[in-house]
Amino acid sequence: MHMHKLEKVWLIFGISCLIIFLTTIGVSAFYLGNKPPSCLLTIDPEKVDQQAPFNKPGLHKVEGKEWDYELVYVASAFSYNPGQVEVPLGAKVKVIATTKDVIHGFEVAGTNINMMLEPGYISEYTTTFDKAGEYLIVCNEYCGSGHHLMFSKIEVVKK
Amino acid sequence: MAKVELKQKQKTEIEDSSSLKGTLASVFLLGFFIIITWLSVYFLFVDRF
Amino acid sequence: MIHTYSAKVKVDPKDAKLSMAHFFVAFGALALGGLMGLLQTLVRSGKFELPLGIGYYQILTAHGVLMGLVLTTFFIMGFQYAAVSRTAGPHSNAARRTGWIGFWLMTAGTLMSGTMILLNKASVLYTFYAPLQAHWIFYLGLTFVVVGSWVDGAAQIMTYVKWRKNNRGKPSPLLSFMAVINTIMWIVATLGVAATVLFQLLPWSLGWVDTVDVLVSRTLFWYFGHPLVYFWLLPAYMCWYAIIPKIIGGKIFSDSLARLSFILFLIFSIPVGFHHQLTEPGIDPAWKFFQVILTFMVVIPSLMTAFSIFATFERYGRSKGAKGLFGWFRVLPWNDARFIVPFIGMASFIPAGAGGIINASNQMDQVVHNTIWVTGHFHLTAATSVVLTFFGISYWLVPHLTGRKLTKTMNKLAIIQAWVWFIGMVFMSGAMHIQGLLGGPRRSSFSTYGDSKQALEWIPYQIAQAVGGTILFIGIILVIIIFIHLAFFAPKGEEEFPVGEAENLEEKAPMVFENWKLWLGITAALILFAYTIPFIDIIQYAPPGSKGFKTW
Repeated sequence: MHMHKLEKVWLIFGISCLIIFLTTIGVSAFYLGNKPPSCLLTIDPEKVDQQAPFNKPGLHKVEGKEWDYELVYVASAFSYNPGQVEVPLGAKVKVIATTKDVIHGFEVAGTNINMMLEPGYISEYTTTFDKAGEYLIVCNEYCGSGHHLMFSKIEVVKK
Repeated sequence: MAKVELKQKQKTEIEDSSSLKGTLASVFLLGFFIIITWLSVYFLFVDRF
Repeated sequence: MIHTYSAKVKVDPKDAKLSMAHFFVAFGALALGGLMGLLQTLVRSGKFELPLGIGYYQILTAHGVLMGLVLTTFFIMGFQYAAVSRTAGPHSNAARRTGWIGFWLMTAGTLMSGTMILLNKASVLYTFYAPLQAHWIFYLGLTFVVVGSWVDGAAQIMTYVKWRKNNRGKPSPLLSFMAVINTIMWIVATLGVAATVLFQLLPWSLGWVDTVDVLVSRTLFWYFGHPLVYFWLLPAYMCWYAIIPKIIGGKIFSDSLARLSFILFLIFSIPVGFHHQLTEPGIDPAWKFFQVILTFMVVIPSLMTAFSIFATFERYGRSKGAKGLFGWFRVLPWNDARFIVPFIGMASFIPAGAGGIINASNQMDQVVHNTIWVTGHFHLTAATSVVLTFFGISYWLVPHLTGRKLTKTMNKLAIIQAWVWFIGMVFMSGAMHIQGLLGGPRRSSFSTYGDSKQALEWIPYQIAQAVGGTILFIGIILVIIIFIHLAFFAPKGEEEFPVGEAENLEEKAPMVFENWKLWLGITAALILFAYTIPFIDIIQYAPPGSKGFKTW
């Protein structure tokens, strides 16, 4: 089998690019903490309302943790609880969410907060809300006839 | 003998890298396109919270 | 080798009949699925509502199943069956019978699942994620389609094996080799979806078990879901590697490298499913990243393909005396539909591939995951690169099989069709990509989300998608007209089944490429390596199962 000299040049260039891409995202994920949401905690999907932290959905100030607030959501067809939240600008927030029934999406439009909610699993993502404005939380995984009516809102405000 | 020589000559002609310089230019354009689009979404990711 | 067959070799008429049967179902699915697609874009523009209580998600399910599963699987099986018959010789009676059994199983399955979708008993989309629970007949129908495709594929493998027996020590004809690679990849991949349907979803929908393990089901689905898209792509690559060179009057740049790239696809297409599950809970991020690395490996054969295709074009152009860096580009046969239609598909694969690398880039997926960017992405890969190549193939294959000719008028109409498609897709897919980056979700009916400022900004893009969708529907009408003409009305004659010859006939493909034990062994080893530990973790740490929901 013979490979043309220029094809070798191209493949070395292309593979180098792929390696650079992988290194960039690998370092960002595993050394800078930008891993995609991959929480390994589980929960009984039929007892979500009774269990902490999902018995108190909403924004809670926390002490002694790496983050300032916990923002807890319970999703079910076709709504999120809470439906509206105000977050202070610059707050480091751990978003914690789960679903009571089918699979839902949890996407804060225009941000990197984008995770799947699956029955039995808790999804988490920690980030600093450093841009003021009104953000739409939208269900981006099909969940039934009211899928497109499932949303919530976050307002990031200066305090 | 002459035949073998002719064959070798043809082979070197095919080997001649200049005949595929347009191909190399094309794939590199494609490569740069991939790099630019990838970087723009990467920076979007970095910029967003 | 291929060059021992003359260009006049025809597909056996009995094999032609079976291929055409596949194409009738495929193009029927295209017509119906296309209409569903049009309706979706119209609804999502906010200017149109569905009549008669038809649900948006019902037509979305129909569109996905018809286009993603029926059109593709039937077309691919029909095309590969003909390609094997053309290059490895007519199928035996036993192989042909096997092919027909496969065809009827797939057709029966399609009708079963289709009926359930029509009755609104299965509006679960073509990914049917549990715990949404469809009617059991929907799952049984899908099982028939998958099992039918195995039987159908077995016909190709039988004929390949027969050829190898009669031609010991010789590399098999390139197109047959490629068809067999794709069939084998398909069989290995569909084991995942078959497992979740047979062992989880069917018993659960029948009420034999109460709950289902959602993450196990999803993981099995995505074990299948990514090789699925390569199953669509490889027949297009067959055309680009082995057929287009003949159409333009050039040579295959390298027979061996073409085979090598197909083997790389077989090996790396499957253990990559986690890149569809990057934002999911319950999967260790290290295993996700490992599969991201494997996903990047599968880019390599596409880089090789790009070089080969350009090289074929340049060599041909220079043989015609083209000068300068890009002079060869101008002398390509731009008036030949058999060339330009797939060519537009190839060109579309540049942005499509770039988008794919972004999607697979681990945490960068958070920017685009389940946004309509993804829909825009696979309407470039599957619905442009792949489908336009399929159209380009049928413009010579259908008349070849029916003993007719592609006339000048139809050739012209075919070129118009491809440009219409391209323009429609620029509008639709372009708008989808931008709207996705702004956060607009995929698979959603029209909504202003409580008059959210962000959602209102998405609406102009949704209107652009409706414009694109309408143009694309015109494209579908045109392709159906051409197909019917070529199948029934075109003048009788002989249309060539073009099969390319390698540039360097002395260079025999290494026989190691036909060593299936080796390649299947590596494929299995990589799958086991990428999946065993995370899969055991998923089962071991599973939460209580989910009962079924019917939320539509």
